[in-house]
Amino acid sequence: MLLGGTLAVAYITDRGDWTTSIRMAPEQPIPFSHKHHVKDDGIDCRYCHTGVETSGYAGLPPTETCMTCHSQIWSNATLTQPIRDSWASGKSIEWVRVHDLPDFVYFNHSIHINKGIGCSTCHGRVDEMPLTYRVNNLYMEWCVNCHRNPAKYIRPKSEVFNIEYQYPANQAELGPQLVKEYHVQSLTDCVTCHR
Amino acid sequence: MYRRKVMAGVVLAGALGLTACRQDMHNQPRYKPFAATSFFGDGRSARPAIEDTVARGQLHLDQARYTGKENGKDISYFPIQITRADVARGQERFNIFCSPCHGRLGDGHGMIVSRGLRQPPSYYDPRLVNAPVGHFFDVMTNGYGAMYSYASRVPVDDRWRIASYIRALQASAAGASAGASQNGAASPQNGAVSQNGAGQSGRAGGLQ
Repeated sequence: MLLGGTLAVAYITDRGDWTTSIRMAPEQPIPFSHKHHVKDDGIDCRYCHTGVETSGYAGLPPTETCMTCHSQIWSNATLTQPIRDSWASGKSIEWVRVHDLPDFVYFNHSIHINKGIGCSTCHGRVDEMPLTYRVNNLYMEWCVNCHRNPAKYIRPKSEVFNIEYQYPANQAELGPQLVKEYHVQSLTDCVTCHR
Repeated sequence: MYRRKVMAGVVLAGALGLTACRQDMHNQPRYKPFAATSFFGDGRSARPAIEDTVARGQLHLDQARYTGKENGKDISYFPIQITRADVARGQERFNIFCSPCHGRLGDGHGMIVSRGLRQPPSYYDPRLVNAPVGHFFDVMTNGYGAMYSYASRVPVDDRWRIASYIRALQASAAGASAGASQNGAASPQNGAVSQNGAGQSGRAGGLQ
């Protein structure tokens, strides 16, 4: 019982939302809503995250991108004041990283995007998040789960940025077909991510 | 009772022992993209390029291609080869970056306009139908009126591809009003046909 209890508490401490910060939106300088910008306004992920197709890092938009609309819309609102302050002073808006991978892991957005892994596969329904939070714990088992069997999670390249994408009933056939077509390798060497 | 408390203590201590607390490897002494630093006065670890330096491969000598102008005047031809694939790419980029305000049809009825942004002109306005193609490149590069510059967001050649798609939109509208004659739609003016002979963008009038 002692051992069982210890393991149970350890498991909960290790996997619980409190430890992994899943579903907990950190406080940001501006309560930015992906729900509003993506779902209500229909703005594509790439409008702001311009680097996601070509670089390892998806890219956080510069203040200029915010000002493209907010120089005219909500241009007197208190909530958007930090944008105008940043624009006037040239100082960065200090956003808090939501997906903070451990430093011993190498990750590259562009290769995933270009091989048919959709944004929502890892980031969840960002279009339904009034405040941004993580839906996956980013543990190694979670990464490896897909690296061992990409056919289960792959989608057609044309659907990568479709946040409402649902896997079709014939994913068991389509998946392996896409894996072959896109030359997806099931990379599970340690050095793939720990380089 | 006492025994139970001791047992709970042991369980908790053991559990904490099983979940590591040290984060040295997680947070190594290096910067991730855009990480904050106390080293530089502006607090940024990402450094801006020093003024007047030119990065390798970014010496933009081809004035027409990088500014859309020649001798201060908007050019009326495409300085890069435009194929059907380029127009399709232009359509995709247009829908990402332009359609929020200009609308998917380019008529100026985008979603953000309905939210209160000043309405942009329709591409079917005779002024824009007759504008040289370099004008569209120039507007994307430097902004115009209420529109900000997109130079930092859309790479140079993608701006030309977007321009080719705008021409395709205009040509398709012209084709529709001319009874969608097969060849009528394929004659957009002012440089839908590139100088180096790859003028397929005109034929893309029916691409939607």
